[in-house]
Amino acid sequence: MHVRRWLQRGLAIAASVPLIAACEFSGPQSALDPAGPVAQAQRDLFVWTLWLSVPVMVGVFGVLLYSVLRFRAKNAEDERAIPHQTHGNFKLEIAWTIIPVILVILVAVPTVRTIFSTEQRVEAGPDDLAVHATGYQWWFKFDYLDHGFTTANELIIPVGTRVVVSLDSADVLHSFWVPNLAGKRDMIPNNDNQVWFVADAPGTYYGQCAELCLGAHAYMRFRVIAMEQPDYDRWIASFQNAAAQPVSADPLVERGRALVAQKGCVACHAIDGYRPGTEVGNPDFPSLTNFGLRTTVGAAIADNTPENLAAWLRDPQAMKPGNYMPTLWRADDPNREDEIEAIVAYLLSLGRDGQASGQLTLGGIHGGQ
Amino acid sequence: MAVSKVTVPVPAPESTPSDGLFTRPTWTTGIASWLTTVDHKRLGLLYIFTSFLFMAAASVEAFLIRLQLAVPNNTLLSPDAYNQMFTMHGVTMVFLAIMPLGIGFANYFVPLQIGARDLAFPRLNALGYWIYAAGGAFLYSSFFLGGAPDAGWFAYSPLTSLSNNPGNGTDFYMIGLLVGGIGTLVTAMNLIVTIVSMRAPGMTMMRVPVFTWMMLVTSFLIIFAFPPLTIALLQVIMDRTFGTLFYVPEAGGMPILWQHLFWIFGHPEVYIIVLPAFGVISEVIPTFSRKPLFGYPVVILSGIFIGFMGFAVWSHHMFTTGLGPVVNTAFALTSFVIGIPTGIKIFNWLGTIWGGKVVFTTSMLYAISFLFTFTLGGITGIMLAVPPFDAQAQDSYFVVAHFHYVMGGGALMAFFAGLYYWFPKMSGKLMDERIGKLGFWFLVPGLHLIFFPQHIAGLMGMPRRTQTYVAGIGLELPNLLSTAGTFVMLIGLILLLVNIVHGVLRGKPAGNDPWDARTLEWSVSSPPPHHNFDHQPVVNDRDALWVQKYPESVHGERVPESASEPYDAAGIHLPGQSWYPLFMGLALLVFSYALLFHNFWVVGISLAMVFFFTYAWALEGVGGHHFPAGRRGAGQHSKEGHA
Amino acid sequence: MSAATAATAVAPGMESGHYRSSKLPDIKLLMWVFLASDIMFFGTLIGTYLVYKGRSLTGPYPADVLDIPLTTVSTFVLLMSSFLMVLALHALRGDDIAKFRLWTFGVAFFGAIFLGFQIYEFAHFVDLGLTLQGNLFGTTFYVLTGTHGVHVSIGVIWLLSILIHSYVKPWSSKDEAYLEVAGLYWHFVDIVWIVIFTIVYLVEFV
Ligand code: HEA
Ligand code: HEA
Ligand code: HEC
Ligand code: CUA
Ligand SMILES: [Cu+2]
Repeated sequence: MHVRRWLQRGLAIAASVPLIAACEFSGPQSALDPAGPVAQAQRDLFVWTLWLSVPVMVGVFGVLLYSVLRFRAKNAEDERAIPHQTHGNFKLEIAWTIIPVILVILVAVPTVRTIFSTEQRVEAGPDDLAVHATGYQWWFKFDYLDHGFTTANELIIPVGTRVVVSLDSADVLHSFWVPNLAGKRDMIPNNDNQVWFVADAPGTYYGQCAELCLGAHAYMRFRVIAMEQPDYDRWIASFQNAAAQPVSADPLVERGRALVAQKGCVACHAIDGYRPGTEVGNPDFPSLTNFGLRTTVGAAIADNTPENLAAWLRDPQAMKPGNYMPTLWRADDPNREDEIEAIVAYLLSLGRDGQASGQLTLGGIHGGQ
Repeated sequence: MAVSKVTVPVPAPESTPSDGLFTRPTWTTGIASWLTTVDHKRLGLLYIFTSFLFMAAASVEAFLIRLQLAVPNNTLLSPDAYNQMFTMHGVTMVFLAIMPLGIGFANYFVPLQIGARDLAFPRLNALGYWIYAAGGAFLYSSFFLGGAPDAGWFAYSPLTSLSNNPGNGTDFYMIGLLVGGIGTLVTAMNLIVTIVSMRAPGMTMMRVPVFTWMMLVTSFLIIFAFPPLTIALLQVIMDRTFGTLFYVPEAGGMPILWQHLFWIFGHPEVYIIVLPAFGVISEVIPTFSRKPLFGYPVVILSGIFIGFMGFAVWSHHMFTTGLGPVVNTAFALTSFVIGIPTGIKIFNWLGTIWGGKVVFTTSMLYAISFLFTFTLGGITGIMLAVPPFDAQAQDSYFVVAHFHYVMGGGALMAFFAGLYYWFPKMSGKLMDERIGKLGFWFLVPGLHLIFFPQHIAGLMGMPRRTQTYVAGIGLELPNLLSTAGTFVMLIGLILLLVNIVHGVLRGKPAGNDPWDARTLEWSVSSPPPHHNFDHQPVVNDRDALWVQKYPESVHGERVPESASEPYDAAGIHLPGQSWYPLFMGLALLVFSYALLFHNFWVVGISLAMVFFFTYAWALEGVGGHHFPAGRRGAGQHSKEGHA
Repeated sequence: MSAATAATAVAPGMESGHYRSSKLPDIKLLMWVFLASDIMFFGTLIGTYLVYKGRSLTGPYPADVLDIPLTTVSTFVLLMSSFLMVLALHALRGDDIAKFRLWTFGVAFFGAIFLGFQIYEFAHFVDLGLTLQGNLFGTTFYVLTGTHGVHVSIGVIWLLSILIHSYVKPWSSKDEAYLEVAGLYWHFVDIVWIVIFTIVYLVEFV
């Protein structure tokens, strides 16, 4: 019998679990790879409970393993033997009531502290970035409350600033979850919710709707992109000046601008600076303002490349089954590819001073792939 | 005395004349005898069999879920089909498979454990079963009538409103659970009355076997937990059928109210699932450790305490809904506290094994795996009860892993232990231990292979209820492993089924008491005669049968046979069968469809039928059989039975 | 049931012919358990009413429609019916069958009067513009009081059935448990109404 050796080995394995969990499992959507104080506190608490569970596991499994091996009936005769019929032991009962009580206290104290340090409602002050996020089936709308503009599916934030997001839903429940930055908070109609976080480092953090909203729930994603202050200021400025979008020198882009009206896109989508003095779109659809600055298409399910954008326009349902954007070209429409090319050029020129081409990078993806 | 046979040589009973307006049927064989049965043992078997059917359906759904998730961007199932799959999987497992499995065991064994001849209200018992069967059939017919429910097993509002979910699926969910809930409620009430008033002479509450005790607590949980769900279901049905405004945000309705009502039911529900399992474990471990349950009163008390606390933790499912730090703190603390009595139970089971003679039957193996898996699942439960961490884990695969550990690895494995333990009693045959153990070694490791990687997937940011996931962020491996696990587990399940069939057809005769067990159900023949006990058992200690067999070992005293005499004097009376439970169930089925299709004429007719059957029920008289006193059957208190 | 009820030498617990570990008749126990469960049904409905109180976006609001004097009368009628229920049980225990029938009829009759009031009230409220679908107050009010009304209706039918049955198959004091169970139900429904009356009607005007 090598019960002791086994126990020692088990202990070693069990004890290394928290260590492994603490340093592995990084990624742009991992809760164990925090990039800000809120997610950090949440992860630390998890690691702490993991540590506490080690003695529980070692104790329970050790005793279990030991007793079934040590007290097993070794032969048929043993199976009929009658061991001493003990009914209980008062002192033991007390002891093993107190042990979990202690464990509970050890979990509870840091838990309560972290609840009050991360879940307390805050008022957005002048130093904070205040955003109102609305969940739609199946995309996110972000209103920059201090700057007065609206964007969709990508939340650009400055590094080191507290971001205070008030949450709402336009239809069913959704949930706002960016694991690297903070735990989720649900978006519920008639329920004024809030989440706040800080990003410590520039980078792209993946977000995901975490509350079943049927249809394209799995594809209801978004990104939070944290930038250094100067980049962020430039980004803000380009949105604030979007209304003064210059007429492009590129005829393809201008053709796209015309087509966007002809094909009815602007019945739904707002585009600031579409034509000087004209307001287009409907606030309940994703704004395409400065779409050229976007890194993704279709609520962060594909990179914003000309090819992907064209694929999206050709057949939004193929890329994201069930979503509410109609297919605007019949498959046999001879002008389809031409028109899509023009619209893609136009959309990508938005926010890029009328240039439809050129590489765009906004921060790196956090945690590496 | 020889090992008793399937049929017990009790002299033919005299049938009692009907004293009602109608006569009750008295078939003993054939399909009609099953349709009209009010015998708790037959109903128990029906429950267990039906729940296995539903479990197979839910397993197929689980299998499809896992196949779809094997690799990212898989297109085996469309999002809509996938939503129906996990909704029906969850609903079936919880309401149609595992809860009825516990109730089935209770039906069969509670009367036997307390020395009774049936439940207090046999026809009500049958009604409970038929409503359950009708509710399950109703839910599954949704697949053919416009699509199954797809809003998840907790069907959060406003996803279930007519505007957001116009199909029939949601109506099937709401009406099916409403009607099915009535069945569960009457069965629970029946069990409470039975356990309170039909215990054998001398069986004080502190001598009641732990399984029965846990069923008592469970039944109380049911009668308090189901009403909030029923009302919530009714509200949504009203919204969808009559245009009321309970969950219409535009009119001021609050979706969050549904969440509260659902989880006020839903958390107790998880204890409704696991307390019977605790009960089974508390029978299996002492039997195969050949020792009494360690700390019996403490185990009972902690069960009661868990039941109480179960009503005080519901908001831990709602930590992310923005209830605020104070509420979250409160519910976090109550949830932690629930870990204490649960831990105490675990420690007492360990204490039972300690110093015993552990017999490694398949049943015991499952019980040991229960201790292991449930503890792990309980620990992740405590982690989830930490609101800041739950903010990350809620609605992620970490939660999926947690509840499969406690329900699949906990409750279900405990019921498999119970199945192996009680199968000989129910069938009179032994299952094959070799196939059993082989199956075990596929089933349980398979289970861990499925669900352990899901913890990691969850921590890596995988949300639940999504038919696909993003490639390249570390989710491929855990999902692939998890899918591979289903194949391993499948082998185990098949071996289990093979063993059941093999046991029924070819099993060796079991005798009264193959495990040298401790409680009264093992004192009668296998399977037990219709009237359970030839003599009214009289009890003077805990572990009544053990005392009868080995009084010296527990400083106990054998109850003399003559003790039964005063109680046998009146003879045994067993009521006749009845059609009305079945008819009532059918009427409710008609009602369900009529309501679903908004045919209010038929709704009226079905309610009139219910009304009519109620009278027929009340007036049909008692009928049945009467066994006069003074005749002795076989197999009572026979120590020889297990020799 | 069919056991000899010779008064002598019956083992304790064997009074009914079967061994019983509880003194309460099974049906009474069942009714208690049912009522415990029913408390949760009404508790949930009342809880919903309270949660939605004051959240209606449009009228009519409670103060616009509720009529305290009228409902006080119907509440009083229901209370009196409970009193008659006690008398009926007392009469049955004393084997005074005529009185038992009279009082039982009285209970059902008073219950029916209460229902009449409720129907009138509902019709009146609908005239005032309060509908099931109109606003949250209407939704929660009708479902709560309607559920209670269904309980009362079942009670009335039950009591009338007892009355009729007492002619078909004469009742005597040994049937008391059956009446007592109906009585328990009836008192419960009555008490629930007091709670509803307080929470829905009275609180509105304090
Ligand atoms: C059988 C069913 C069952 C059981 C027994 C439990 C037991 C527990 N559960 Fe679980 N739970 C579910 C079924 C169950 N759960 C289901 C189905 C869901 C998901 C529903 C859904 O969203 O679909 C869920 C979800 C769920 C959540 C919500 C997660 C989320 O959605 O965000 C939480 C949060 O607190 C939770 C907590 C707990 C706790 C604290 C226990 C405790 O009772 C566990 C107690 C046990 C132990 C702690 C182990 C043994 C104890 C010791 C060895 C003593 C020493 C240890 C300590 C005191 C720390 N559960
Ligand atoms: C008792 C409860 C119980 C049990 C035992 C199980 C068992 C299993 N569950 Fe289940 N599950 C739930 C209750 C349960 N589940 C609940 C409540 C939900 C939440 C639903 C929701 O979100 O609304 C859920 C959700 C759920 C999900 C998450 C879906 C999602 O969120 O997107 C997954 C994914 O892997 C899953 C998988 C499994 C698997 C693989 C098993 C396996 O253990 C099952 C074993 C089955 C096999 C190995 C398949 C082989 C069998 C056959 C092919 C049929 C053979 C035929 C016969 C036997 C006759 N379950
Ligand atoms: C009926 C309204 C409607 C019309 C018309 C419409 N769209 Fe959309 N569009 C949507 C909706 C809804 C979405 C969001 C889909 C989702 O992600 O769930 C969307 C998404 C998009 C996106 C991706 C946005 C993002 O944030 O990633 C682009 C680009 C787009 N539409 C371009 C167009 C163009 C170009 C046209 C015209 C040719 C057009 N749309 C016409 C409704 C419409
Ligand atoms: Cu939005 Cu899921
Ligand atoms: Cu819970």
